Amino acid sequence: MGIVSPGFQGRRRMSGPALPPGQYLTEDFPVLSAGPTPKVPLDDWEFVLGTETGAEFRWTWPELMGLPQETPTVDIHCVTRWSKLGTSWQGVSLDTLLDGVDTAARYALVHSYGGYTTNLPLDDLRGGRAWVAHTYDGVPLPAEHGGPARLLVPHLYFWKSAKWVRGIRLLVDDQPGFWETAGYHDYGDPWREQRYQGD
Amino acid sequence: MTDMSYLDGNMLDGPLRELFAVDLSAATGRCQSCGMVAPVARLHVYSHAPGLVARCPACTEVMLRLVRAPDRAWLDLRGATFLQVPMPLEGRRPADPAGTRPVGGDRRGGRGGTG
Repeated sequence: MGIVSPGFQGRRRMSGPALPPGQYLTEDFPVLSAGPTPKVPLDDWEFVLGTETGAEFRWTWPELMGLPQETPTVDIHCVTRWSKLGTSWQGVSLDTLLDGVDTAARYALVHSYGGYTTNLPLDDLRGGRAWVAHTYDGVPLPAEHGGPARLLVPHLYFWKSAKWVRGIRLLVDDQPGFWETAGYHDYGDPWREQRYQGD
Repeated sequence: MTDMSYLDGNMLDGPLRELFAVDLSAATGRCQSCGMVAPVARLHVYSHAPGLVARCPACTEVMLRLVRAPDRAWLDLRGATFLQVPMPLEGRRPADPAGTRPVGGDRRGGRGGTG
Protein backbone atom coordinates (compact mmCIF):
# COMPACT_ATOMS: atom_id res chain seq x y z
CA MET A 1 0.00 0.00 0.00
CA GLY A 2 1.19 3.47 -0.69
CA ILE A 3 1.73 6.02 2.00
CA VAL A 4 1.85 9.58 0.82
CA SER A 5 2.73 12.50 3.00
CA PRO A 6 -0.36 14.68 3.05
CA GLY A 7 -0.25 18.22 1.88
CA PHE A 8 2.86 18.16 -0.27
CA GLN A 9 1.80 16.61 -3.51
CA GLY A 10 0.20 17.41 -6.77
CA ARG A 11 -0.68 20.95 -7.65
CA ARG A 12 -0.20 22.27 -4.16
CA ARG A 13 3.50 21.65 -4.53
CA MET A 14 3.60 23.90 -7.56
CA SER A 15 2.13 26.85 -5.73
CA GLY A 16 2.32 26.27 -2.00
CA PRO A 17 5.13 26.77 0.44
CA ALA A 18 6.37 23.19 0.24
CA LEU A 19 9.80 24.02 1.55
CA PRO A 20 10.72 24.52 5.19
CA PRO A 21 12.40 27.83 6.01
CA GLY A 22 15.93 28.23 4.72
CA GLN A 23 15.72 25.32 2.27
CA TYR A 24 16.11 25.29 -1.51
CA LEU A 25 14.66 22.79 -3.95
CA THR A 26 16.92 20.32 -5.71
CA GLU A 27 16.00 17.81 -8.40
CA ASP A 28 19.06 15.59 -8.03
CA PHE A 29 19.96 13.56 -4.94
CA PRO A 30 23.13 14.91 -3.31
CA VAL A 31 25.34 12.37 -1.59
CA LEU A 32 26.48 13.39 1.87
CA SER A 33 28.75 11.23 3.92
CA ALA A 34 30.84 11.55 7.07
CA GLY A 35 33.06 8.62 6.22
CA PRO A 36 33.86 5.76 3.88
CA THR A 37 30.92 3.91 2.38
CA PRO A 38 30.54 0.53 4.12
CA LYS A 39 30.07 -2.49 1.91
CA VAL A 40 27.61 -4.81 3.62
CA PRO A 41 26.90 -8.13 1.88
CA LEU A 42 23.25 -9.07 2.20
CA ASP A 43 24.24 -12.47 3.62
CA ASP A 44 25.88 -10.68 6.55
CA TRP A 45 23.33 -7.92 6.98
CA GLU A 46 21.15 -7.90 10.05
CA PHE A 47 19.02 -5.40 11.89
CA VAL A 48 19.01 -5.50 15.68
CA LEU A 49 16.44 -3.80 17.87
CA GLY A 50 17.59 -3.68 21.48
CA THR A 51 15.52 -2.58 24.43
CA GLU A 52 16.51 -0.89 27.66
CA THR A 53 16.28 -4.25 29.44
CA GLY A 54 18.76 -5.92 27.12
CA ALA A 55 16.21 -7.84 25.08
CA GLU A 56 17.13 -8.05 21.38
CA PHE A 57 15.07 -8.60 18.27
CA ARG A 58 16.97 -9.51 15.08
CA TRP A 59 16.07 -9.64 11.43
CA THR A 60 18.17 -11.03 8.60
CA TRP A 61 17.78 -9.64 5.09
CA PRO A 62 15.32 -12.37 3.99
CA GLU A 63 13.37 -11.87 7.21
CA LEU A 64 13.14 -8.11 6.59
CA MET A 65 11.94 -8.75 3.08
CA GLY A 66 9.32 -11.14 4.45
CA LEU A 67 7.70 -8.43 6.57
CA PRO A 68 4.84 -6.27 5.28
CA GLN A 69 6.26 -3.70 2.86
CA GLU A 70 5.20 -0.08 2.46
CA THR A 71 5.90 2.39 -0.33
CA PRO A 72 6.06 5.88 1.16
CA THR A 73 6.40 8.92 -1.08
CA VAL A 74 7.85 11.69 1.04
CA ASP A 75 9.66 15.02 0.97
CA ILE A 76 13.17 15.03 2.44
CA HIS A 77 15.05 17.98 3.90
CA CYS A 78 18.79 18.04 4.47
CA VAL A 79 20.24 20.36 7.10
CA THR A 80 22.73 21.54 4.45
CA ARG A 81 19.66 23.30 3.00
CA TRP A 82 18.60 21.17 0.05
CA SER A 83 15.15 19.65 -0.07
CA LYS A 84 13.87 17.03 -2.47
CA LEU A 85 10.15 16.53 -2.92
CA GLY A 86 8.13 13.44 -3.68
CA THR A 87 10.82 10.81 -3.20
CA SER A 88 9.61 7.22 -3.57
CA TRP A 89 10.79 4.46 -1.26
CA GLN A 90 10.00 0.93 -0.24
CA GLY A 91 10.66 -0.46 3.20
CA VAL A 92 9.35 -1.78 6.46
CA SER A 93 7.57 0.53 8.88
CA LEU A 94 9.10 0.89 12.32
CA ASP A 95 5.56 0.26 13.58
CA THR A 96 5.95 -3.25 12.22
CA LEU A 97 9.40 -3.74 13.75
CA LEU A 98 8.31 -2.32 17.11
CA ASP A 99 5.11 -4.35 17.19
CA GLY A 100 5.25 -6.63 20.20
CA VAL A 101 8.41 -5.04 21.59
CA ASP A 102 7.82 -4.39 25.28
CA THR A 103 9.59 -1.18 26.28
CA ALA A 104 9.28 1.76 28.61
CA ALA A 105 11.99 3.66 26.71
CA ARG A 106 11.29 7.14 25.41
CA TYR A 107 14.37 7.54 23.24
CA ALA A 108 16.14 5.71 20.45
CA LEU A 109 19.76 5.68 19.34
CA VAL A 110 20.19 4.51 15.77
CA HIS A 111 23.40 2.67 14.84
CA SER A 112 24.85 2.23 11.38
CA TYR A 113 27.44 0.04 9.73
CA GLY A 114 30.52 2.27 9.70
CA GLY A 115 29.89 3.63 13.19
CA TYR A 116 27.45 6.48 12.56
CA THR A 117 24.78 7.14 15.19
CA THR A 118 21.82 9.47 15.56
CA ASN A 119 19.22 9.91 18.27
CA LEU A 120 15.53 10.72 18.26
CA PRO A 121 12.51 10.25 20.49
CA LEU A 122 10.95 6.80 20.17
CA ASP A 123 7.58 8.41 19.45
CA ASP A 124 9.03 9.77 16.20
CA LEU A 125 9.64 6.22 15.01
CA ARG A 126 5.97 5.36 15.51
CA GLY A 127 2.76 6.39 13.82
CA GLY A 128 3.66 5.63 10.21
CA ARG A 129 6.46 8.18 10.17
CA ALA A 130 9.58 6.01 9.98
CA TRP A 131 10.80 3.09 7.88
CA VAL A 132 13.79 0.88 7.28
CA ALA A 133 14.01 1.58 3.56
CA HIS A 134 15.80 -0.66 1.08
CA THR A 135 14.47 0.53 -2.28
CA TYR A 136 14.57 4.00 -3.80
CA ASP A 137 12.80 4.94 -7.02
CA GLY A 138 12.04 1.31 -7.74
CA VAL A 139 15.58 -0.04 -7.50
CA PRO A 140 17.68 -1.37 -4.61
CA LEU A 141 19.03 1.52 -2.57
CA PRO A 142 22.57 2.30 -3.81
CA ALA A 143 25.34 2.09 -1.22
CA GLU A 144 26.16 5.80 -1.55
CA HIS A 145 22.60 6.57 -0.46
CA GLY A 146 22.69 4.13 2.44
CA GLY A 147 22.06 0.71 0.92
CA PRO A 148 21.42 -2.06 1.65
CA ALA A 149 19.05 -0.22 3.98
CA ARG A 150 18.71 3.14 5.63
CA LEU A 151 16.41 4.62 8.19
CA LEU A 152 13.85 6.96 6.66
CA VAL A 153 12.39 9.57 9.03
CA PRO A 154 11.40 12.30 6.61
CA HIS A 155 9.69 14.62 9.08
CA LEU A 156 13.09 15.36 10.63
CA TYR A 157 16.25 16.68 8.97
CA PHE A 158 17.77 13.99 6.85
CA TRP A 159 20.81 13.37 9.08
CA LYS A 160 18.34 11.50 11.30
CA SER A 161 17.63 9.11 8.42
CA ALA A 162 20.77 7.10 9.13
CA LYS A 163 22.39 5.45 6.12
CA TRP A 164 23.57 1.82 6.37
CA VAL A 165 21.35 1.25 9.38
CA ARG A 166 22.15 -1.83 11.43
CA GLY A 167 20.12 -1.38 14.57
CA ILE A 168 18.30 0.76 17.09
CA ARG A 169 18.80 0.83 20.83
CA LEU A 170 15.83 1.92 22.91
CA LEU A 171 16.91 4.08 25.84
CA VAL A 172 15.34 5.50 28.96
CA ASP A 173 17.56 8.58 28.72
CA ASP A 174 18.36 10.51 25.56
CA GLN A 175 21.86 9.93 24.22
CA PRO A 176 23.09 12.24 21.48
CA GLY A 177 24.47 10.75 18.28
CA PHE A 178 27.25 11.63 15.86
CA TRP A 179 26.15 15.08 14.73
CA GLU A 180 24.16 15.80 17.85
CA THR A 181 27.40 15.67 19.88
CA ALA A 182 29.01 18.15 17.49
CA GLY A 183 26.59 21.02 17.67
CA TYR A 184 23.54 19.82 15.78
CA HIS A 185 20.07 19.90 17.27
CA ASP A 186 18.84 16.97 19.32
CA TYR A 187 15.48 16.86 17.52
CA GLY A 188 15.96 18.52 14.12
CA ASP A 189 12.52 19.62 12.96
CA PRO A 190 13.01 21.31 9.57
CA TRP A 191 9.76 23.27 9.84
CA ARG A 192 11.05 24.88 13.05
CA GLU A 193 14.53 25.16 11.52
CA GLN A 194 16.13 23.28 14.38
CA ARG A 195 19.57 23.01 12.81
CA TYR A 196 21.91 23.65 15.71
CA GLN A 197 21.79 23.35 19.46
CA GLY A 198 19.68 26.11 20.89
CA ASP A 199 17.72 26.73 17.66
CA MET B 1 36.58 28.36 51.18
CA THR B 2 37.51 29.17 47.59
CA ASP B 3 38.58 26.28 45.41
CA MET B 4 41.91 27.34 43.94
CA SER B 5 42.58 24.05 42.10
CA TYR B 6 41.38 25.36 38.79
CA LEU B 7 41.06 28.58 36.90
CA ASP B 8 38.07 29.69 34.91
CA GLY B 9 37.93 29.42 31.16
CA ASN B 10 38.99 33.00 30.63
CA MET B 11 42.58 31.91 31.05
CA LEU B 12 42.29 29.84 27.88
CA ASP B 13 41.78 32.89 25.74
CA GLY B 14 45.43 33.72 25.30
CA PRO B 15 46.75 30.18 24.79
CA LEU B 16 43.99 29.24 22.37
CA ARG B 17 44.35 32.46 20.45
CA GLU B 18 48.01 31.68 19.99
CA LEU B 19 47.32 28.05 19.11
CA PHE B 20 44.67 28.67 16.51
CA ALA B 21 46.59 31.50 14.95
CA VAL B 22 49.02 28.93 13.57
CA ASP B 23 48.54 26.82 10.49
CA LEU B 24 47.06 23.63 11.90
CA SER B 25 47.74 21.78 8.69
CA ALA B 26 51.40 21.84 9.78
CA ALA B 27 50.48 20.12 13.06
CA THR B 28 50.56 16.41 13.73
CA GLY B 29 47.95 14.42 15.61
CA ARG B 30 47.78 11.08 17.37
CA CYS B 31 44.80 8.88 16.63
CA GLN B 32 42.98 7.90 19.80
CA SER B 33 41.88 4.66 18.19
CA CYS B 34 45.01 3.18 16.61
CA GLY B 35 47.79 5.39 17.93
CA MET B 36 49.11 6.48 14.58
CA VAL B 37 50.76 9.87 14.54
CA ALA B 38 50.08 11.70 11.33
CA PRO B 39 50.25 15.25 10.04
CA VAL B 40 46.87 16.92 10.15
CA ALA B 41 47.38 17.60 6.48
CA ARG B 42 47.26 13.83 5.88
CA LEU B 43 43.92 13.25 7.58
CA HIS B 44 41.05 12.18 5.39
CA VAL B 45 38.49 14.96 5.57
CA TYR B 46 34.88 14.29 4.57
CA SER B 47 33.42 17.64 3.69
CA HIS B 48 30.24 16.65 1.83
CA ALA B 49 28.53 16.45 5.18
CA PRO B 50 26.85 18.69 7.75
CA GLY B 51 30.34 19.37 9.13
CA LEU B 52 33.97 18.55 8.49
CA VAL B 53 34.93 15.05 9.57
CA ALA B 54 38.65 14.28 9.62
CA ARG B 55 39.56 10.62 9.86
CA CYS B 56 42.78 8.77 10.60
CA PRO B 57 44.45 7.76 7.34
CA ALA B 58 45.36 4.39 8.89
CA CYS B 59 42.24 3.16 10.69
CA THR B 60 39.59 5.62 9.36
CA GLU B 61 38.31 6.44 12.85
CA VAL B 62 37.22 10.03 13.42
CA MET B 63 39.99 12.24 14.86
CA LEU B 64 38.48 15.69 14.46
CA ARG B 65 35.09 17.18 13.74
CA LEU B 66 34.33 20.79 13.04
CA VAL B 67 30.81 22.11 12.69
CA ARG B 68 30.28 25.68 11.61
CA ALA B 69 27.03 27.49 12.29
CA PRO B 70 26.63 31.05 11.04
CA ASP B 71 27.49 32.44 14.45
CA ARG B 72 29.16 29.51 16.24
CA ALA B 73 31.52 26.63 15.70
CA TRP B 74 32.04 23.29 17.45
CA LEU B 75 35.41 21.58 17.50
CA ASP B 76 35.50 17.97 18.67
CA LEU B 77 38.92 16.44 19.18
CA ARG B 78 37.99 13.41 21.25
CA GLY B 79 39.42 11.14 18.58
CA ALA B 80 42.86 12.69 18.88
CA THR B 81 44.95 12.17 22.00
CA PHE B 82 47.10 15.17 21.07
CA LEU B 83 47.82 17.75 18.46
CA GLN B 84 51.46 18.72 18.13
CA VAL B 85 51.73 22.24 16.82
CA PRO B 86 54.88 23.97 15.58
CA MET B 87 55.46 27.03 17.74
CA PRO B 88 57.86 29.96 17.83
CA LEU B 89 60.80 29.24 20.11
CA GLU B 90 59.70 29.95 23.65
CA GLY B 91 61.01 33.23 24.99
CA ARG B 92 61.47 34.91 21.64
CA ARG B 93 59.53 38.05 21.15
CA PRO B 94 58.34 39.60 17.97
CA ALA B 95 60.18 42.62 16.69
CA ASP B 96 59.51 45.69 18.81
CA PRO B 97 58.14 48.31 16.46
CA ALA B 98 58.31 51.05 19.08
CA GLY B 99 62.00 50.49 19.60
CA THR B 100 61.54 50.35 23.33
CA ARG B 101 63.54 47.19 24.00
CA PRO B 102 66.17 47.88 26.61
CA VAL B 103 69.62 48.44 25.21
CA GLY B 104 72.09 45.86 26.35
CA GLY B 105 69.56 43.05 26.54
CA ASP B 106 69.37 40.04 24.26
CA ARG B 107 69.50 41.73 20.91
CA ARG B 108 69.58 38.63 18.74
CA GLY B 109 65.90 38.76 18.12
CA GLY B 110 65.63 42.52 18.14
CA ARG B 111 65.04 44.81 15.27
CA GLY B 112 68.16 45.45 13.30
CA GLY B 113 69.80 42.34 14.68
CA THR B 114 70.49 41.08 11.22
CA GLY B 115 72.23 44.07 9.90
